[in-house]
Amino acid sequence: MSNIFCSSIGKKLLMSLAGIFLCVFLLVHLGINLMLLRNDGGEVFKLCVEFMTTNILIKIVEPVLFLAFLIHMIWAAILQVQNWMARPSKYAVTNHSQSSFFSKYMIHTGIIIFAFLVLHFVNFYFVKLGLTSPAQGVNPVEGEHDFYNMAINLFTQPVYSVIYIAFFIFLGFHFNHAFQSAFQTFGLNHKKYTPAIKFIGLAYSILVPAGFAIIPIYFMFFWK
Amino acid sequence: MTVLNSKIPQGPVSEKWTYYKAHQNLVNPANKRKLDIIVVGTGLAGASAAASLGELGFNVKIFCYQDSPRRAHSIAAQGGINAAKNYQNDGDSVYRLFYDTIKGGDYRAREANVHRLAEVSNNIIDQCVAQGVPFARDYGGLLDNRSFGGAQVSRTFYARGQTGQQLLLGAYSALSRQIKKGTVKMYNRTEMLDVVIVDGKARGIITRDLTTGKIERHFGHAVVLGTGGYGNVFFLSTNAMGSNGSAAWQVYKRGACMANPCFTQIHPTCIPVHGDYQSKLTLMSESLRNDGRIWVPKKKEDAEAIRAGKLKPTQIKEEDRDYYLERRYPAFGNLVPRDVASRAAKERCDAGFGVGSGLAVYLDFSSAIERLGKNVIEQRYGNLFQMYEKIVDENPYETPMMIYPAVHYTMGGIWVDYELQTTIPGLFATGEANFSDHGANRLGASALMQGLADGYFVLPYTIQNYLSADIRTPRMSTDLAPFAEAEKNVQDKINRLMSIQGKNSVDSFHKRLGHIMWEKVGMARTKESCTAAISEIKALRQEFWKDVRVTGSATEFNPELEKALRVADFLELGELMAKDALNREESCGGHFREEYQTAEGEADRQDDKFMYVAAWEYQGDGKEPILNKEPLVYENIKVAQRNYK
Amino acid sequence: MDFTLKIWRQDGPEAKGKFVTYQIKNISHDCSFLEMLDQLNEQLVDKIEKPVCFDHDCREGICGMCSLYINGRPHGNDSGITTCQLHMRKFKDGDTIVIEPWRAKAFPIIKDLVVSRTAFDKIIQEGGYVSINTGGVPDGNAIAISKVDSDLAMDAAQCIGCGACVAACKNASAMLFVSAKVSQFALLPQGKPEAKERVEKMVAKMDELGFGNCTNTGACEAECPKEIKLTNIARLNREFYAAKLS
Repeated sequence: MSNIFCSSIGKKLLMSLAGIFLCVFLLVHLGINLMLLRNDGGEVFKLCVEFMTTNILIKIVEPVLFLAFLIHMIWAAILQVQNWMARPSKYAVTNHSQSSFFSKYMIHTGIIIFAFLVLHFVNFYFVKLGLTSPAQGVNPVEGEHDFYNMAINLFTQPVYSVIYIAFFIFLGFHFNHAFQSAFQTFGLNHKKYTPAIKFIGLAYSILVPAGFAIIPIYFMFFWK
Repeated sequence: MTVLNSKIPQGPVSEKWTYYKAHQNLVNPANKRKLDIIVVGTGLAGASAAASLGELGFNVKIFCYQDSPRRAHSIAAQGGINAAKNYQNDGDSVYRLFYDTIKGGDYRAREANVHRLAEVSNNIIDQCVAQGVPFARDYGGLLDNRSFGGAQVSRTFYARGQTGQQLLLGAYSALSRQIKKGTVKMYNRTEMLDVVIVDGKARGIITRDLTTGKIERHFGHAVVLGTGGYGNVFFLSTNAMGSNGSAAWQVYKRGACMANPCFTQIHPTCIPVHGDYQSKLTLMSESLRNDGRIWVPKKKEDAEAIRAGKLKPTQIKEEDRDYYLERRYPAFGNLVPRDVASRAAKERCDAGFGVGSGLAVYLDFSSAIERLGKNVIEQRYGNLFQMYEKIVDENPYETPMMIYPAVHYTMGGIWVDYELQTTIPGLFATGEANFSDHGANRLGASALMQGLADGYFVLPYTIQNYLSADIRTPRMSTDLAPFAEAEKNVQDKINRLMSIQGKNSVDSFHKRLGHIMWEKVGMARTKESCTAAISEIKALRQEFWKDVRVTGSATEFNPELEKALRVADFLELGELMAKDALNREESCGGHFREEYQTAEGEADRQDDKFMYVAAWEYQGDGKEPILNKEPLVYENIKVAQRNYK
Repeated sequence: MDFTLKIWRQDGPEAKGKFVTYQIKNISHDCSFLEMLDQLNEQLVDKIEKPVCFDHDCREGICGMCSLYINGRPHGNDSGITTCQLHMRKFKDGDTIVIEPWRAKAFPIIKDLVVSRTAFDKIIQEGGYVSINTGGVPDGNAIAISKVDSDLAMDAAQCIGCGACVAACKNASAMLFVSAKVSQFALLPQGKPEAKERVEKMVAKMDELGFGNCTNTGACEAECPKEIKLTNIARLNREFYAAKLS
């Protein structure tokens, strides 16, 4: 066990584990967000929000989630800096080697995701913590935050929605490589199962961002 | 004149090695630590010797000119390694391997050495398997064998078409382990330029650091040369670009004898020459002859049409093809030894039946593909076919390969006794660098066997017999006069080369030398050709020393200077080869004197006059070398004309 | 065929390098890439200029000495080959060819296109072997090894240590090289006794020498002249966890 996480492979393992955890979290998040599409005035959505904000299990998982974010980002930064240092003088001709396209831009898509995350936190999470006030026109009910109206308010703003959709496209790019790459890092590469993993990764990287992106589209064009 | 003492132990041939080991002197572990051994070369012979000596506890310094010990040209051996395991239950034995090797060498090798080689061959396989060399296996999980030229049993172990690579990486890994342990110190990109003799014994070497040009002195209680062969004297050969004869040539000039320098192996299955800019020839493994059939058109007009590009080989009907090896040698067919196959190809091409440029014959797999299926052929030779296609741009699954003989290996080399010691005490030579085991022709898959036998199992014993007398010799200072003299010798030569500033590049001289050697001391030689070669080489050498242009400086990374130093030696070595070829008035193995052939065109040996090792002794620049003779005695094999019919 | 060559020239490890442009004419399309450079060097010697230094030795794709990053690809624009096996027929007449050395912190430049790959030797010295001495080993057929495993081991063992994987990798990672050696021994019973120490030491050395981290881009596999597979990297990871977690 000694110093496993000091090694290059150990660092990547940690980063991959955190990444996969975030992927699972995102599925839950998507499930809840999709409740916004129900035409029930946000009844089920609010129930979910309440569950998420009060349930003891979730309270326990919450710090883990933050830890996962931090680990994923910090380790990514460390590894990236090391990678840049490993080639101090660059090639004059960019590399034409056949390699997976999205893998070359993980740090870039990662930074975009981080930027959106900051926006997302300002809009939602910090409101919950009372650090920022909700967007105009949303009147919080005493003692609880009306995330439903906050969300609808944002999604009906075209600028926000476009940013939101664009973000999920980048997230899709990130996932496209991340998912299968994590399995490779775990050491799981098998001639029978790897194609299935790659397929799941591809499906995830399309369906999950698409699922999120449907919501602003719905609110922009179909919600009355 | 040196008296050649081969130090062959007493007793019957099968007991000699056992007897030797039981009676030799050894060095105890405490004393081994006090003894330094220099090994030059990191091929199979050098790396295995250094690793084994390091394991025993000696202090070893090892040198190679490449950037890593893993690059030595042993790595390019494709086909396999022989051993008398008899795993196939096809009648193999130590005696049969011994017999085949002597016969394959056309009765010009030393019996005792060859028998020892056959004896330790089995240990090599065990050793390599234990090192993790991934030899080919069959479905039951046991080791697989293939057959090779010159043998009627399947005794060749292989790792796809990269046996040399896998064996070298095995030796390299053992060497790396010792480097880590500190028993072996590695000097890469370092070339040996002279040997240092102190009181008549080899005590060190002078080297040049190829990255900085720094000349350095190194002391060793003994010096081992595993520096390979000198086939590059022909310019075009299957050797690596850097392979050279300089180490061997320096020790020759310091008093070691060069034995049978004219014995050169011309490999029958190489990709033909395609242009005058060509830098080297590529070998296609002899194992291809297992399933490939060699042919040329029966009719001259067909051959002419093919050369003119009007006919394709696949359009030649079966009955119009001349499978000349099968025709001439029905018993061995396409699997005759290399020298026989090469000469037969030359004979057909000289007679006007050649294809391609006229200097090529076909190696055809169509019947094997029909018989075994494309899959099997792909499994066996896939990488070789791919290599061929990359170079020639033709698909050998569809159209026959074109091949032609090329210089491949030098059986000749530094004269050594049974202990692998040269005529300079304390100087040893292993592998292709020495002359001892292959006679006038080497069988396929025997070079790897010899390199590893010498390095793993022979030298680590015999060197102790020498060093046991040296345990009280302290490490010497490299400030001693002989070191300074040798360094000055090297420095003077470099200065001289750098100061010529002539008009012609080193390569241009090398190409011209190669041309003389190939035309006049190549596959077929005559008295006239050898005489002409001697005077032409002399003239070329004079021109070289007047007109060579070496750019750059001597104190930097300078490949032109490296080449110049090597070519300067080739220009002397080539002359000695021609002299030896002129002296040997017979045909045997790879040495074919046109005056000495049977009515059927086979080699005609003159056993009564030439059953000896010709060991040439240097007498000084411009002086004729002395010819020492070591008579060859065959007590265990009946000497006969080789017959592969 | 005629070409414009842009070649990286650098006098020594500390010197500042630059691209120098050369024209070369009348090159046969059957000529190999290194033979084309030979001809360029002959021309330079004619003009009393220093020839371009580049590493090469066997010229048949097995010694691993040749390198060169040609128009953005290690070993040039073909797969499964080394530079010495690249032929000019792969280029178009009149092409401009940019030739750079391998670039990685762990592979310092010695001169022009020559780099030091001693880092690879150092990694092997950490554990790329089976710790047995000469002699005293069991019979070669004492242990049967499944053909599948021995073939997989051979696939990995074919690595020629040329460094194309490092050169191609955007992170200059040596994972493919290390994984090939670790895999060879992991698949064979002979390698099992030391498997744990081997992988730990080799990975530690790889990290220490300044190679980058693997981000599974697959460029190494695409450029490997011996077509060593990424599955070996997965196996290396497994071996590494197994060693660290036991």
